[in-house]
This record gives sequence, C-alpha cells and structure tokens, in this order.
Amino acid sequence: MTNPLLAINDLKVVYTTAGSVVRAVNGIRLEVMQGETLGIVGETGAGKTTTALAVLQLLPSRTGKVVGGHIIYKGEDLLKKSEQEMRRIRGAKISMIFQDPMTALNPVTTIGDQILESLRIHNGGKQQERRLQERVDELLQLVGIVPSRKRDYPHQFSGGMKQRAVIAIALACDPELVIADEPTTALDVTIQAQVLAMISELKEKLGTSMILITHDLGIVAQTCDKVAIMYAGEIVEQGTVRDIFLSPRHHPYTEGLFGSIPDMDVEVGRLTPIEGLMPDPVNLPRGCKFHPRCRHAMDICRTVIPEARQWGTHSIACHLMREEGV
Amino acid sequence: MEPLLKTVGLKKYFRVAGGVLHAVDNVNLSISKGRNLGVVGESGCGKSTLGRLAVRLLDATEGQVFFEGRNIMEFEKKKVQMLRREMQMIFQDPYSSLNPRMSVFELISEPLVMNKVYPTYREMADRILSMMDMVGLARRFANSFPHELDGGRRQRIGVARALALNPKFVVCDEPVSALDVSIQAQILNLLMDLQDELGLTYMFITHDLSVVKHISREIAVMYLGQCIERGPSREVFKNPLHPYTKALLAAVPRPRLDESLKKEIIRGEVSDPVNPKPGCRFAPRCDFFTGVCTKDIELKEVNSGHFVACTLFQGQSPGSAACAGSKASL
Repeated sequence: MTNPLLAINDLKVVYTTAGSVVRAVNGIRLEVMQGETLGIVGETGAGKTTTALAVLQLLPSRTGKVVGGHIIYKGEDLLKKSEQEMRRIRGAKISMIFQDPMTALNPVTTIGDQILESLRIHNGGKQQERRLQERVDELLQLVGIVPSRKRDYPHQFSGGMKQRAVIAIALACDPELVIADEPTTALDVTIQAQVLAMISELKEKLGTSMILITHDLGIVAQTCDKVAIMYAGEIVEQGTVRDIFLSPRHHPYTEGLFGSIPDMDVEVGRLTPIEGLMPDPVNLPRGCKFHPRCRHAMDICRTVIPEARQWGTHSIACHLMREEGV
Repeated sequence: MEPLLKTVGLKKYFRVAGGVLHAVDNVNLSISKGRNLGVVGESGCGKSTLGRLAVRLLDATEGQVFFEGRNIMEFEKKKVQMLRREMQMIFQDPYSSLNPRMSVFELISEPLVMNKVYPTYREMADRILSMMDMVGLARRFANSFPHELDGGRRQRIGVARALALNPKFVVCDEPVSALDVSIQAQILNLLMDLQDELGLTYMFITHDLSVVKHISREIAVMYLGQCIERGPSREVFKNPLHPYTKALLAAVPRPRLDESLKKEIIRGEVSDPVNPKPGCRFAPRCDFFTGVCTKDIELKEVNSGHFVACTLFQGQSPGSAACAGSKASL
C-alpha cells in the first residue's frame, strides 16, 4: 500500500483561556491518500475547524496549542517545522478554502490582485509578471469567472462568485491538498450545487486531495470517498462513504445525526433528534463523551473511553460494538 | 371555508439607489385555519418581506392582506397594536433577535407587559413559567441571560415570546436555520407539537426544502418576488412543474448513496431585483426559454390545487400537466 499524503496521529489540541482549558481535539487519527476526498462531519464545537487549523498551524497563537500527536505530511512531521518552513507549505502545498466568502476576501483589493498575491509569494521570483497574469486569467476561467472581471472588487461579486474566487486563490499554486471548511454553507442551494460540481470536476482534472469539513450529510454522500464523524473532539466513526451510508452498523451519534435530518424522499411523521446538547468542552464527561445523550448508555460508558473497533475500512468507537461481539 | 389569512395582489417595492427594488411582486396566497403554509426560495426572493407584510411589520406598496376577513393594511396604529395579540413572528437568528440585557423571564414578559394582558404580577409570572414549561425551557433558566444559553434554548425563548399572547397566526422566519442539525430537529418537533396543541396557523419561511417538506402540507415557491408555484407539498415535491422548482429540488444534496440521482444544475445566478424586466423572472436561466416568456404570466391551476406560473403550462386544461411535465424534463 502506498503511503498516505497526510496522516494525523493522536492529535490533541487545547485552547487556554482565562484559567479554563478547552479540550477541542482529543487524540484523533486520520489519513488522506493521494487524490482522495475525506469528509469530516460534526456539529458546532466538534473540533472540525480546529483540526484543519492545526494541520496548517494557523491556530490562534495566544490561546490554541497542539499538546500531542503528529501531523505527517509526505513523511515529514508538520508540527516540527519552523514558521518559515510552514509559510512555504501554506498556500503552495496545502491550501485552505474558508467558510465565509463574504469575509475571507480583502474588500479593498481587486480579485485579480488577491489571486496574484499567493502566486507572487510562492513564485520565488522565477516567473515573469506577464506569465503570472496569464495564470490569474487561467484560474478565473477554471472556476468559471470571466477573466475581464479580475479588476473588480469583492463587493461587486455575488456570494457564489466570491466563493469561486476564494477557490481560485486556494488552487493558484497547484496544491496537493486542499482543506475546504464548509465551502458552501453560506450559499444558496442552486449555487451550492454549481460550486460542488465545480469542486468535483476540478479534483478529477487536477488530482488534488481534499479534506472537506461539513455538517451536511448530503454533501458528504455526493463528494467524499471517506468520512470521519466527529463528536466533542473525537472521531466516533470512520469509514468509506459506503460504510457510513450503507452499513447497518453505526455509532449511536451517527444514527442520531441521520434521524435529525428530514429526508425529502421519505415521509416521516416525527424526527428523532438527539436529546440534550453538546457537552461543554471545558468540562467533558468521563468515559464516552456521548454517553449523557446516548439512549443505549451502559455503566461502562460512564467510566471507560471506548476503543475504536475495526471492520475492514469501517471503525466505530462505542462499547455497544464490543457487547454484541460482532 | 374562509381562509384565516389571504393576500391579494400584494406588492412591496423599495426605492434603492439604482431604481425600484421589487421585493414582493403581486403575490396571492391564502392560508386556512390550522394549516401550515411553507414559503420556500433562495436568498433575495422576498420571502422574509412577505412574512413581514403578512403580520404588518411592513406596509404594502399595493395590495391587501386579509386576516379573518379584515384588510389589515387599512388598520390604524392602535388597531395594529391590537393585532399583535393575534399575529406573531418567530425570528431567524436567536443570537441577534433577543435583547442581551434582559433575562429569560423579562424577555418572555415583554409582550405581556406591552399589551397589559395581566392585571397582577402574580398572574403574569405564572403565565411566563407555564410558557417556559410549554417550550421546554427548565424553570431554573428564568434568571439567565441569552449569552449563557445555547442556540436551541435561545430559539425556545423566541418561540415562548411569540406564543405568550396566545396568537392565532404565527410567521416562522427561518426558525431553525441558525441551529445545528440535532437541535434543529428538536425545535421542529416542538413547533409541530405546539401547532397541534394550540391549533396554530403557521406561515413557515425557509430556504431548506427538506425542512418544508417535513413540516408543511402546502408550499409556495418564490423566485425574485413572485410566487411561481404553489400547491400541496406532496404533489409539488413529487411532480414539480416549474423549471425553477425542478432545479431547486434537484440541487438539494441527498444524504444517501444513489448513483441514479441525476443532477440538473441550473446555470447563472439570480438576476437583479431592481427594475426587473417584464415576463418570467426565471427566463434568463431557463432551458425552455421562448419568446412568449417575455410576457407576464399569472399562476394557473394545472392539477387540482396545484398552481404554476410558466408558459409551458399556460395552454393546458387541468389534468394534462403530468404529461407536459415529462415533456419539459426531456
């Protein structure tokens, strides 16, 4: 088997604020292979964005800190790199598409110049200015914007076009890995469909690997190869999309997520939501983090953190899976 | 049966820098008592403006809104104030729609105080606590402030505020779109339970088609200020007629692996609502555009209770829509 492009091992991230410690990510394991799309699914506060920021080492420096684990990118640990080395990786090798296109762009710089910025930084003075301008045009065309609009400012673009511009910036230097943090959450459904189709097409054309962070299981079904479901800083279930959508075996949290979304093609009288709320990350429950909301909670769940159990590509961290002996 | 709420030729135009913005343009809808009308559309289609007009938080440019047979657009200020007891609104964002300096108790008391419903404090306090029970807020939160609560609980305060006066009609403007899915399901269940329990009538505004399918039996689809399709939601979802409705339904990512799901992606973006051209507003993005689309079209009933405003269905008698629909999808 080939080596993964990115492997996250036992990553732990905490935020320290005014005397309290928020344990945002608690020992997660992830792998992304060349050309693969990994979806990370979870609700607010599950630690999805923190994981992404940790990979790029963009955690807020005053409060956020990686306290354990490794992030291996092509055999090298990113956590051991200096800030200067990271700068050469960010944007060039690993880039990020941010959630909100309305705030991710600089309002006082033209779209063209914003794309040019990352090209210039990672160019190293090798290519001529004219060649870089051509590349800007190429990128805009790639994401479906007429190149003549590169002199426009962000406020002259619609939401969908801004997100396309943000994607063009992320792709500018042909990165090997793109981390997309809720890339379509701020968009309308018809525009979302356009942007998702474009992302899939570009991925195929360029062979880029991707980590897609989302809370929408519909988007996962459509675009991802592998899925990791996060809850309170841990991965509770992981597998291929087939494992997550077709297997009869699931973590109770995953089941809760599926029960919470009204399905357009199936009639249900009442939704079966997950009772209760996300736990306070300052004060996480002992044992399985999900046990206070879990309808199958047993005594062991209150004290012992469940180990992940593996079935081929599918893994679930739940005591129930042991009990059944399957 | 006389509908509880009915809009006739309702229009709301806003004067903006570049001309006149047609936010709501000639909308005719009716909602029967105890029913739930879902209003769906993308951002900027005028659904929130429509909701605000329906409870007269905005004055119409033209047209009428009849509530129990009375045109509320003609009401003077004092009568509008009285109207608030009968019509209420649940707002989208539980983070910005609550005064951060008021406690939960004060927030729920506000509509009761404003309308001088209870002569004594004791009675009012009882009502507030029973409202908290009703919406599933533990009484220990009575003295908490919004910032201490999560989004789901905050939205429960919004629901309690809207229902404190015992209204007949409630406009729910995207009540769950700011919430996480597991919390969203809790609030949807709460809204449905309360509707049954109190016999409420809802106008449910949302951009989320799966939510509207779940909660509303009738839906109206809006595009750039106009209602382009309306009917029983089961029928509209099974047999969408307007090309926009079709595209909208196809655009929703389904949480399921099914290769057979075909994707029809519409090109382009919503055009400018300022000084719109006459005719079908969807025409610039439509695959079936012909010369006749440049003329204005009215909603027409093609199947029983199922209305559509599209030239593809203008010449037809009710009942033949299904075959025209299949032709349109070719």
